[in-house]
Amino acid sequence: MTAPLVSVDGIARRYAMRRGLFGRPVQIRAVDGVSFALSAGETLGIVGESGSGKSTTGRVVLGLEPADAGSVAFDGVPMPEAGTPVWRRQRARMQMIFQDPLGALDRRLAIATQVREPLDIHAIGDEKARDARVIDLLDRVGLSADHGRRFPHELSGGQRQRAVLARALATKPDFLVCDEPISALDVSIQAQVVNLLVDLQADLGLAMLFISHDLRVVRQVSRRVAVMYLGRIVEEGDADDLFARPAHPYTKALVSAAPTPGRRMADRVVLTGDPPDPADRPSGCAFHPRCPVAVPRCREAEPALVDVGPGRRAACLLVDPTETAARDAVR
Amino acid sequence: MPEVSPPLVRLEALNVAFDGVTVLHGIDLEVRRGETLGLVGESGSGKSVTWLAALGLLPKKAKVAGRVLLDGEDLLGADEKRLDDVRGGRIAMIFQDPASALNPVLTIRRQLGEALALHRGLTGREIGAEAKRLLDLVGIPDAERRLSAYPHEFSGGQNQRIMIAMALAGRPDLLVADEPTTALDATIQAQILDLLAAVRRETGMAMVLISHDLGVVSETCDRVAVMYAGRIVEEGPSAQVFDDPAHPYARGLIGALPPLDGSRRRLISIPGTVPDPRDPPPGCAFGPRCLHATRDCTATTPRLERIEGERRMACILAVHRRALAPREFEFA
Repeated sequence: MTAPLVSVDGIARRYAMRRGLFGRPVQIRAVDGVSFALSAGETLGIVGESGSGKSTTGRVVLGLEPADAGSVAFDGVPMPEAGTPVWRRQRARMQMIFQDPLGALDRRLAIATQVREPLDIHAIGDEKARDARVIDLLDRVGLSADHGRRFPHELSGGQRQRAVLARALATKPDFLVCDEPISALDVSIQAQVVNLLVDLQADLGLAMLFISHDLRVVRQVSRRVAVMYLGRIVEEGDADDLFARPAHPYTKALVSAAPTPGRRMADRVVLTGDPPDPADRPSGCAFHPRCPVAVPRCREAEPALVDVGPGRRAACLLVDPTETAARDAVR
Repeated sequence: MPEVSPPLVRLEALNVAFDGVTVLHGIDLEVRRGETLGLVGESGSGKSVTWLAALGLLPKKAKVAGRVLLDGEDLLGADEKRLDDVRGGRIAMIFQDPASALNPVLTIRRQLGEALALHRGLTGREIGAEAKRLLDLVGIPDAERRLSAYPHEFSGGQNQRIMIAMALAGRPDLLVADEPTTALDATIQAQILDLLAAVRRETGMAMVLISHDLGVVSETCDRVAVMYAGRIVEEGPSAQVFDDPAHPYARGLIGALPPLDGSRRRLISIPGTVPDPRDPPPGCAFGPRCLHATRDCTATTPRLERIEGERRMACILAVHRRALAPREFEFA
């Protein structure tokens, strides 16, 4: 087995939030002890609902936000401190794309200029080589040189996201963090961008952290998937296997909530209650107030993320292997 | 199965233009009593404009033509007074963003009470009792106490429940739900869809569900109409359309959805982008993106025609639809 390209070990990120004007500041644990490893060329999908900490995880991994605990190592070396020259050099090898391509682009600059910018900043190649590389990059994401001369508002949403992608690829990164990269796009355009991401990943051997609320899209681009709930990974495993046979009750509910053409809503697991408030984290297993199969113990014991099968980890007392082993023995 | 009773709402050649640019081209559509009709399409396809126009909710500068028949009565010619009775009374509408549809400085009791007084003529204590019943119906726990709360004290999912309660206040025959779950998390979306289904079972009201989410429409609706560039391009029973879409655009749209199980396949992607309504392509609006387009497609705009049973589509391939094997589609 090769050493992981990115290894994330128990990262945590906390925010202080004030409740109302005179409220006491409350601490919110946006990310709370998240660990995973990513080999070169591998894609890990992170799914979760709003407030699950999936975006914060992506930002902490890239060093865009400091970790309050834990560490991130890239190529076996701990991430240098953000803002330092070493970090800046390192950042050329890791890039990020966001949901809103218009916000990520400068409205006053032509697309080609923006795609070229990373090459200028990191002083890659000479003038001529940079020009050629820009054309190359635009072509790689399906844009013409003519698109390069246009401004962001003159492109469609899908084309803009392609431009953002071209810019992210300019420095030949090894690692790409995509945060809801297609959520703002129309369905038919989503498919274009998903196909492009899959192609780029295969051709360039990129490692990707693909963050999305859309299970279908995550499955399409990821080999492995981690499901987050209230700042923690509650289940992780092979994408196909995880969606076909979810172990954690929350994953089960998520999979069952994903509407599927041709299926009626008959046998859906519908969770009761609202998404949890990160400022008011339930005791024990954070999911227990909404969990359809919770037992009294879930209120007290915090489940750890443990191996529950080949290549599968889950944090639930009810799928803990010692428990299942005991049940199987009875059977 | 032939429908005998006249439709509840019938749109005839509904046309909408903004500043001389036509965005809706002659929509013909029926909503039958008690049914759920899904309207799918991408942004700008005209699915929301259709119903905003039908209910007279578009800004003044919009030029609306055609007929909107509610039980045979044309709403397009109706005066404001009559429209006020219809909106919220016969036909209610809910939108994507419940928080902005509710008044932030009024309690839920005031807002529900307003609808109940206006459409049902209730007063005083009746309002309180009925408002509580509605909140119970939409699954807001502790309804009695929560009536005095303000919108910001509720979560997004709960606000959408309150919007549904307000929509139900006038006992409408038709609920037009415009992307009602788009802003909500997946597990909350499932709750709201289940609630809408339960309410419909209880009241027998018809529903038009406008959504870009094919899965949601497929699971919820009896019939579906697929819109593209201001026209309906395919219409039919939901199960049939999703199982075997006929129009090349509908095929592309359904093929663009990544599967959640089984083997992974390359997604069908529709090349290009939607046309600019100010500069529509000649003939079929989907022609420039269509893999089956021929020279004939630029000559005329295809009309929505019956292809079999209750299915209609607007494509010159309609005549030899059977020649196109189902699911056979080049991967772009």
